[in-house]
Amino acid sequence: MGLEEKIPDGIILATAEKVVNWARKRSTWPFGFGLACCAIEMMSSFGPKYDLSRFGMEVMRASPRQADLMIVAGRVSNKMAPVLKRLYDQMPNPKWVISMGACASCGGIFNNYAILQGVDKIVPVDIYVPGCPPRPEQLIDGIVKLQKLIDQEKLKGDSRQSA
Amino acid sequence: MQTETMTVNLGPQHPATHGVLRVVLELDGEVVIKCTPEVGYLHTGIEKTAEAKLYYKVIPMTDRMDYLAPMSNNLGYCLAVEKLLGVEAPPKAQWARVLLTEITRLNSHLVWLGTHALDIGAMSMLLYVFREREDLLTIYEAVSGQRMMSTYFRIGGLADDLPDDFEPMVRKVLKTFPVRFQEYENILTNNRIWRNRTIGVGVISKEEAIKSGITGPMLRAAGVKHDLRKARPYSSYEKFDFEIPTQQASDCFARYQVRLEEMRQSLRIIQQAMDGMPEGRYLARVPGVVLPTKEEALFQMEAMIYHFKLVTEGFHPPKGEVYVTIESPKGELGYYIVSDGGTMPYRMRVRPPSFVNISALSKLVVGRLLADVIACIGSIDIVLGEVDR
Repeated sequence: MGLEEKIPDGIILATAEKVVNWARKRSTWPFGFGLACCAIEMMSSFGPKYDLSRFGMEVMRASPRQADLMIVAGRVSNKMAPVLKRLYDQMPNPKWVISMGACASCGGIFNNYAILQGVDKIVPVDIYVPGCPPRPEQLIDGIVKLQKLIDQEKLKGDSRQSA
Repeated sequence: MQTETMTVNLGPQHPATHGVLRVVLELDGEVVIKCTPEVGYLHTGIEKTAEAKLYYKVIPMTDRMDYLAPMSNNLGYCLAVEKLLGVEAPPKAQWARVLLTEITRLNSHLVWLGTHALDIGAMSMLLYVFREREDLLTIYEAVSGQRMMSTYFRIGGLADDLPDDFEPMVRKVLKTFPVRFQEYENILTNNRIWRNRTIGVGVISKEEAIKSGITGPMLRAAGVKHDLRKARPYSSYEKFDFEIPTQQASDCFARYQVRLEEMRQSLRIIQQAMDGMPEGRYLARVPGVVLPTKEEALFQMEAMIYHFKLVTEGFHPPKGEVYVTIESPKGELGYYIVSDGGTMPYRMRVRPPSFVNISALSKLVVGRLLADVIACIGSIDIVLGEVDR
């Protein structure tokens, strides 16, 4: 590496892509949006025992306009679906979605008229976290996996399919 | 001067509505003149789905109604089906049920305290209560293998015997929790902001409360000494010694005091249940209706056949209808089951306490400031899973 020997100490060379992705993945602000049972486990993950802030994720935003990550925690009813879609649309790009729990991922045990059979029918989901409800460790694992996904994003063009 | 009223939508996405409640408020300046709670954003169709499930297979869905008090919901449903069948759970199961539903009450009240305080602005409370809640969830996990949706009660008893490490865990809770409750009192009870935000807020008169069908801590905070555990004891509650805390003020602060005292009384019940836990079977011995115990199903041929038949075909309860109510952490929880003699309920209807209590919201908030609405919604202690079912 000829160039790095010539520049002074304390300066690291990296691509803009890497720097941006590094910043994004370490400060993903989740949208404080609980639907049902999973929301309580989501709160447990933010609580003192599991402490999600170790991963730079503790800043729950009450408004979709300030959030990067939507954690769909719980069952989505047909009445709630348009609201959820609208909230997703209000979030600024780049944005990610974690589908937390069996109900959000596929309807779970509620295969009936009232529940949307999977939130991926209305918003693009990046990570599915299984469980009913998932343990906080599972959610944290999902978030760490999402951070790896964010790390691989391309700066030029939208590497992901748009909604 | 001409003034106009303004309509404000609170929810369904709002951090202080405890789920997906939508409240349509008509405001004159900052004063609420009309308040309409709109429910249904979490409608899950549990009652309808129960009509297509065997009696045993309805139990997991009852957990997901009031997801802060899963064991209370299990208990209500199991007691209703037991009444339909004429089966009684053995003493050990009844005492374990009492113990675990009281732990559920602690669990529910703790989350209520944390979220209610968070809404009003005391954020640290949430972190404190979730520290304590982990101790309770460890007990849930030890008995059932699941942290939240335990589904531990069965028709006629329990799913499995209590584990060996159950007692030390409960003793730990009994030892540490009184100190924790004192911590909460130190933080909140004489806190000026807390007192200003809750005293005199959300008052409902005793008569109005009874007329609206309000139950649970909200009713007791209005001065009515009504608790189904005493008024109509179920599952051996008559053998336990505890007080029913009441307050007269009927405001948000009174509800806070009632719930805090209820948690202390729950500890008393847990202590008595743990000390006097009877020995014996954890499932009633009624072949053909009640599942065999795990050991029997593994080592006895007949029990295994019963187990197989119960899980695949279910049982045929007599024709008829039953209504059973229990005192859930939020109030009077009722299960109404109609049987046509088939293996599935013909109709199941749930009387959720939160749903009835939230219907009185407008009586609490009309004429008060918008900020008080948040305190009132918090003090009612609603769980939308139960409201919408």
